[in-house]
Amino acid sequence: MPRNAQHARPHPTQQPPKSKDVEKQHWPLWEIFIRSRQGLSHRHVGSLHAADAEMAIENARDVYTRRQEGVSIWAVPASEITASSPDEKDVLFDPADDKVYRHPTFYDLPDEVKNM
Amino acid sequence: MNARFEYLLRLGDDALLLGQQLGLWTGHGPVLEEDIALTNIGLDQIGQARAWLTLAGRAEGTGRDEDTLAFHRDQSKFRNALLCERPNGHFGDTIVRQFLFDAYAVPLHAGLAQSNDAEISAIAKKSAKESAYHLRHSQAWMVRLGDGTTESHAKVQESLNLLLPFVGDLFHSDEVSSTAASEGWGVDPAGLRDAWEATLTETLEAAQLRRPDAAPEQVGGRLGRHTEQLSFLLAEMQVLPRTYPDAKW
Amino acid sequence: MENPLCPSSVLSAFPDVFLKRMEMDLLQRFEAYVASEKKIEPKDWMPDAYRKTLIRQISQHAHSEIVGMLPEGNWISRAPSLKRKAILMAKVQDEAGHGLYLYSACETLGVQRDDTIADLHSGKAKYSSIFNYPTLTWADMGAVGWLVDGAAIMNQVPLCKCSYGPYARAMVRVCKEESFHQRQGFQIMMTLAQGTEDQKAMAQDALNRWWWPSIMMFGPPDDNSPNSAQSMAWNIKRFSNDELRQKFIDLTVPQAELIGLTIPDADLKWNEETGHYEHGPIDWAEFNRVIAGHGPCNKERLAARNKAWDDGAWVREAAGAHAEKRAARKAASNTAAA
Repeated sequence: MPRNAQHARPHPTQQPPKSKDVEKQHWPLWEIFIRSRQGLSHRHVGSLHAADAEMAIENARDVYTRRQEGVSIWAVPASEITASSPDEKDVLFDPADDKVYRHPTFYDLPDEVKNM
Repeated sequence: MNARFEYLLRLGDDALLLGQQLGLWTGHGPVLEEDIALTNIGLDQIGQARAWLTLAGRAEGTGRDEDTLAFHRDQSKFRNALLCERPNGHFGDTIVRQFLFDAYAVPLHAGLAQSNDAEISAIAKKSAKESAYHLRHSQAWMVRLGDGTTESHAKVQESLNLLLPFVGDLFHSDEVSSTAASEGWGVDPAGLRDAWEATLTETLEAAQLRRPDAAPEQVGGRLGRHTEQLSFLLAEMQVLPRTYPDAKW
Repeated sequence: MENPLCPSSVLSAFPDVFLKRMEMDLLQRFEAYVASEKKIEPKDWMPDAYRKTLIRQISQHAHSEIVGMLPEGNWISRAPSLKRKAILMAKVQDEAGHGLYLYSACETLGVQRDDTIADLHSGKAKYSSIFNYPTLTWADMGAVGWLVDGAAIMNQVPLCKCSYGPYARAMVRVCKEESFHQRQGFQIMMTLAQGTEDQKAMAQDALNRWWWPSIMMFGPPDDNSPNSAQSMAWNIKRFSNDELRQKFIDLTVPQAELIGLTIPDADLKWNEETGHYEHGPIDWAEFNRVIAGHGPCNKERLAARNKAWDDGAWVREAAGAHAEKRAARKAASNTAAA
């Protein structure tokens, strides 16, 4: 790669071979919440990867506040978030006929099948 | 000699060389988030360089602006500390270079914020916020690399051994800096060494890194005596304005 | 991925014929839901093909942002003024941010970012072919911003209304930030076109090289675009390739005229009746050649990404190891205190 070649690189990097386990070590995912200048509550803006909480905050500053979008940052490990399940909202399955598949009559069974 | 011009060039050239080199990381960082962080720091450095060089040009009074100073001076006319022209090397080298500089920039900007010159003080106040953040970033990485793996520890220790001898220029005192200090618009860098030492000691301890045995310091940047690297850096940086001297961009 | 509404343990108890029926019902509801302009969210039921299409499209989009940093990053060190240098750095940095937003959106579909990136590095995943062309002069920074970002914006604005919530939200952010990119590119071109003879020639040369690849960015013509119909039905895609291409040409030609540059298409002419420009034939053989990996810079781009990733491995590992050690130390001191 010509671009980043250094003219007087003091000690070229040698990459020792790595085990697959090491390669698979992902930095955890963090969800980022930013409070804007207007004093509104923290609002989810996206996510990022960071090795630790401190790095998550620093990265969030660089990634999500490049245009002075915020004055306060929360970083929450994505794995620590408990989310409501989609059937708690009226998304795909609107009110009245919610969860039709839970009603036995939803399933057309062949006549031969009795007492199911 | 125009002490004010010389002094401001030193400030501007340090920031310029660091910004120029950090920009080489854009698109090549170890992880996307860090790519963005290094570029942010580089952007701050370029911003500071522009402010200092603009002021330097005005102090000189011959009509040279930030770009004339950045792109139409040869290496012997540059006044940056040798540390700032050391190559990026690997990520650890860049972090150590930045850390050694940030630990100096924080007390420097704090001192300059007290300048009796309103323009210098205003630039320093803005820069102080930036350098505080830069130090936080580079310090955190010193600790991560020093305390991380056997490999990262060895690498960053080696970077430190290589780069520490180049800090001498940062604290270089001469007629220029003593004029700046005695007239109240600048600070004498020799007075910044204690604060720098304290940050260094604290960080090396947290990072479990060893301070290399004292070696003779490499100096000369403030007087225009540079390492081989600078000419290469400038050749690349200055190519367009030098090739097309009449062009506006 | 486990469907929370129909856990596989339950499903396996039913004969296939019932499952088919249930799925068809879900699919109908899904399509009606999407057609009513509502957003699908990560935990909602979605057809496998929808999920796969999104993973493919969002990851390709993310890869394009990341690889797209390289041709412009090339010129950061040689930008001709400090102001231009700062603008270019900020712009290329934005692209890293955009890649990051998009990888995050992709992760909500159940894939890991590192795995997605591994597919890019191995050459398995695609990215926008435009970045396999070289940036040879400073004018290319103008042409890329003006034409490539211009074309990208045209493709991206409709995605802000895409049916998949996380993708749509990422695109809102991207488009908001992207608005300055095209302007700075056009401004570079304008400055060069009004500059010295050398600069003018540089600008025209850049336009000559980037024009055709830019209009190819909208993808193959509608009669040869295999995935388009399904994506349109799912509200992932809003306009056809040819519609967007036409819109781009209609907007861009007058901009070129305004700054005195010539579009390198001898057949280009204004059609009074249709109110559109007609353009000459596009060399789709070249398009396919570059996609297949035989463009001028395919190998360099992938090599650069791989090098950055491999060179950074020890850094990522170190940060991970330090975080673990620190957590362990904290746990130990908590235990000691208790």
